[in-house]
Amino acid sequence: MKVINGLKYSKDHEWVKVEGNKAIIGITDYAQDSLGDIVFIDLPEVGRNVKAGDAVAVVESVKAASDVYSPVSGIVVEVNTALEASPELINQDPYENWILVLEMSDPGELDALMDAEGYERFCEEEA
Amino acid sequence: MLKLKKTPLYEKHISLGAKMTEFGGWIMPLQYTGILQEHEAVRRRAGLFDVSHMGEVMIRGRGATEFIQKLITNDISGMREFQVIYSPMCYPDGGTVDDLLVYKCDAEQYLLVVNAANIEKDVEWITTHKLHDVEVEDVSEQYAQLALQGPKSQDILQKLVDFPLDKIKFFRFVDGMNIAGVSALISRTGYTGEDGFEIYIPANSACKVWDAIMDAGEEFGVMPAGLGARDTLRLEAALPLYGHELSPDISPLEAGLDRFVKLDKPDFIGREALVKQKERGISRNLVGLEMVDKGIPRQGYGVQVEGRSVGYITSGSFSPTLKKNIALALLDIQYAEEGFQVDVMVRNKALKAKVVKIPFYAKQYKK
Repeated sequence: MKVINGLKYSKDHEWVKVEGNKAIIGITDYAQDSLGDIVFIDLPEVGRNVKAGDAVAVVESVKAASDVYSPVSGIVVEVNTALEASPELINQDPYENWILVLEMSDPGELDALMDAEGYERFCEEEA
Repeated sequence: MLKLKKTPLYEKHISLGAKMTEFGGWIMPLQYTGILQEHEAVRRRAGLFDVSHMGEVMIRGRGATEFIQKLITNDISGMREFQVIYSPMCYPDGGTVDDLLVYKCDAEQYLLVVNAANIEKDVEWITTHKLHDVEVEDVSEQYAQLALQGPKSQDILQKLVDFPLDKIKFFRFVDGMNIAGVSALISRTGYTGEDGFEIYIPANSACKVWDAIMDAGEEFGVMPAGLGARDTLRLEAALPLYGHELSPDISPLEAGLDRFVKLDKPDFIGREALVKQKERGISRNLVGLEMVDKGIPRQGYGVQVEGRSVGYITSGSFSPTLKKNIALALLDIQYAEEGFQVDVMVRNKALKAKVVKIPFYAKQYKK
């Protein structure tokens, strides 16, 4: 399982890369591996206002549909439309292939997320 | 928590790195390398499935034929030795107890192969209706079952068996074959829409035979395949899965299995109800759906027309072969016609789909 230093992680297996006031969000290697072959992704609309914990996108593998929960609150400012044509990119590299970008409304929420080391421990306990 | 049952190949699956999943009270491999790869292997080359979770019930005795005639909806009166037939088994109200395969060994001995989740229920049902000169024995624990499926299946198995396999026609079997020193029953049957074989062997020899087939199949590109690929393959071939397309609430006529329901047979459990259903006309029918809008239909999703519920999805998935999103659905009869447009309720959004002909994927081989 691949975990990258410098990112923030949620208990729902999303990662967050912080750039200024922006949060770039994707799902972790653990998540993509658990899901298996990803064949469809339902992206949110740009401009949507989301709260931390809201289901913001849906990743579907051959077997199941799985919600992506936003780890922080904010406004969707960008979505990765390349995933619409090639959802399998998430299987290939879940950290390179982000899902959406939020303009954060409360960066303080980041403190509730785990760092790489904490997330690795969390996954081991879950397994 | 209920303890999950393991097949004799459990350790093998773990050593192959399979992702395991619960299925019908069993812990089974969902996938090894990935559902898409395994699916493709079966369509193009061959895949080997562990299906030891399936149940086997031996029916013996002078009244065996008469008894099975009473139990199931299909007609076994014209069955030859070493033939296999598929049949639903019904409750008096026409709902489905299970769907099964009947192997005729001889006039007084038949092997029924039933669904894993239904073994106990079926054995109880069968025993309750037993005739006095019939013996019912649940032999599920004694057997392991492997399914070798795909266009290269015969080439692979032929390397291991000293018997011309092309002599085994579709839905026929041979018994007492020697595979790697193990006595096996081999039938030309399957659940994938491909040519292939199902192989019954003593449970304690399962690993030996698995290894022999994997070795023999290496040059043909055989892959171990899990329940995930089994499900996408059978869905493309529109083969029913108990608990989805068939259930106590769904009759075989509603599931479109009319050709396996012989209403002209003098009597069988459920006949009266099914005759009535046929005379009255069924109110809903199983159809194929293909999504027009983007989205994957899943079991249980509602189907609507102009905001009104007209049925639900029984099985749905991305189709790896067709690269489309497809489903089987039980729809009110007036909408169960090819070309009709309906809405599938995907997470509260109405997404367009159309009724299409099934199977989605037609067999590519000659019977």
